[in-house]
Amino acid sequence: MKTSAKAHPPWRSGKEKGGVQGTLLYMKQHWQLYVIFLMPALILTIIFKYIPMGGILIAFENYNPIRGLLDSPWVGFAHFKRFLSSPDFMSYLANTLKLSIFGLLWGFPVPILLAFLLNRVARAGIKRKIQLVLYMPNFISVIVLCGIVRILLSVTGPLNMLLGTSADFMTMPEAFRSIYIASGIWQGAGWGSIMYTAALSNASAELKEAAIIDGANIFQQIKAVEWPAIKDVVVIQFIMSAGNIMSVGFEKAYALQTDLNMRSSEIIATYVYKKGLLDGDYGFSTAVGLFNTVINVILLVAVNKVVARMNEGKGL
Amino acid sequence: MTKKKFYRYSLQDKALLLTGYILLGLFVVAIIIPMIYVIVGSFMDPITLQNKGITFDFSKWTTTAYERVFSNPQIWIGFKNAVVYSVVFTVISVFVTLLAAYPMSRPDFKGRGFFNVIFVITMFFGGGLIPTYLLINNLGMKNTMWAIVLPGAFNVWNMIIARTYYQGIPSELREAADVDGANEMRFFFMILLPVCTPVIAVLALWQFVGMWNSYFDALIYLDDTAKQPLQVVLRAILIQNKPESGMISDMQSTAERAQLAELLKYATIIVSSLPLLVMYPFFQKYFDSGIMVGSVKG
Repeated sequence: MKTSAKAHPPWRSGKEKGGVQGTLLYMKQHWQLYVIFLMPALILTIIFKYIPMGGILIAFENYNPIRGLLDSPWVGFAHFKRFLSSPDFMSYLANTLKLSIFGLLWGFPVPILLAFLLNRVARAGIKRKIQLVLYMPNFISVIVLCGIVRILLSVTGPLNMLLGTSADFMTMPEAFRSIYIASGIWQGAGWGSIMYTAALSNASAELKEAAIIDGANIFQQIKAVEWPAIKDVVVIQFIMSAGNIMSVGFEKAYALQTDLNMRSSEIIATYVYKKGLLDGDYGFSTAVGLFNTVINVILLVAVNKVVARMNEGKGL
Repeated sequence: MTKKKFYRYSLQDKALLLTGYILLGLFVVAIIIPMIYVIVGSFMDPITLQNKGITFDFSKWTTTAYERVFSNPQIWIGFKNAVVYSVVFTVISVFVTLLAAYPMSRPDFKGRGFFNVIFVITMFFGGGLIPTYLLINNLGMKNTMWAIVLPGAFNVWNMIIARTYYQGIPSELREAADVDGANEMRFFFMILLPVCTPVIAVLALWQFVGMWNSYFDALIYLDDTAKQPLQVVLRAILIQNKPESGMISDMQSTAERAQLAELLKYATIIVSSLPLLVMYPFFQKYFDSGIMVGSVKG
């Protein structure tokens, strides 16, 4: 997330002085930038993002709403110990990791493939119509998506009619991950291809023309012109998704859960919700959530390092 | 471009292209079929639907399911709430985000690096569910619209997108405004924003769709059924199999009720998804303009 100012000539260069005095003078001259432009975002961020970070202390105490955050009895790492040593811990962690890693492996290449294919559709009118269809599922809500999935897979539903069976897929723990990942690709792959499509259309037309005149076949064109055009986007997308491995969407997992497929559908996010808000075990739930966040941050940093090393030092 | 006409694909390339088109076609079909199935299914008679599936025998089609869905007050309440929440959220969110992105886009802005760190940290680290929930509770926002509208109103990712877009605007605009003596506010509202319509449209659509389609915040913060947005109502019907009792109570047997409840899901899906699906093609022209790519490179 570096911010580069290179493309952008400095506006009021020459007027600025360095040092504290210069900064104060600048702030006085440009007070509107701070008070009017930045303030609303800053206030929202402090209240709704930073204050809850203070609430993480709950993870280390037996939180009592009446006694408040600072006067509740401290328990140290007891909640973490309880979670890490519980028999369910490994299963929830494994479910979370499997769901997102398999989701990433299956789901990540599809939008890239779609973008390459779309890029080969010569007629702009047809391309637009295809895109219209491809993007459509993105505008369907998670609830409706899961509703459609449940309809298609229901005991009397079309899939069973087609197969001539009467299986209840929604109750099978072994089917949950496939359902989750396949419906994710159905919904998100088209929309996910936008970035790559845009990057491909930014690829230099001249370069492509030169390649064509040189007699490059499609594979060579992809290798020499198209892949370099989207490589940076692919790398960053990959880091971002790999860094989000622990934050599998709660909303969809919860909506696809049934009492019987819990063995593979209970992930950390749904567990945090149930423990915290349904059972009221605030301290424990916060500890589990914090554990999840910390792993996530570590993963993000690690993936970024690895990718940067493979990609000539270019990471996030 | 005329040169393209002289280019001939080799046999190998033609085969490759054909495979590609077939793949793309299959994907399109795979997207459309479930939608068509639900649309057709929503016109079936409940018993036929359960026993034989969908038919294209139009004489057997009925609109019973739609009549029942439309006559259900809870769906209308959900619709109304969803519209209110989504509009309020979109307006606040886009406004705050566009405002904040402006100083963050200026290379001369003092404290830019500091504020950037402050904002970006929140993309990767947060207090989590319970601390946020307790905060909302303590602020007295539970069971009010603000609980779902305010916490996510400032979106760092969108700020980065807007910032990158501003940076692509030629700086001559700014210099001209400086010469005219326009202050920051005047420049921002009268000169900068009008040339940023594409990014504003994309961000607005995005936030609107996001709020319209989400259910988690409403699920945990809004207990009052009169305040619940559409998705929470849908959840009861589609996921929990609990249709509003008024929708099926006139049926005699449990079996009939179950069949009708199943049919109602089809119609509910169509009715609730139609507004966005009709609206989004009008925004399509903005999607491919590379707005998001800019943010990735930023």
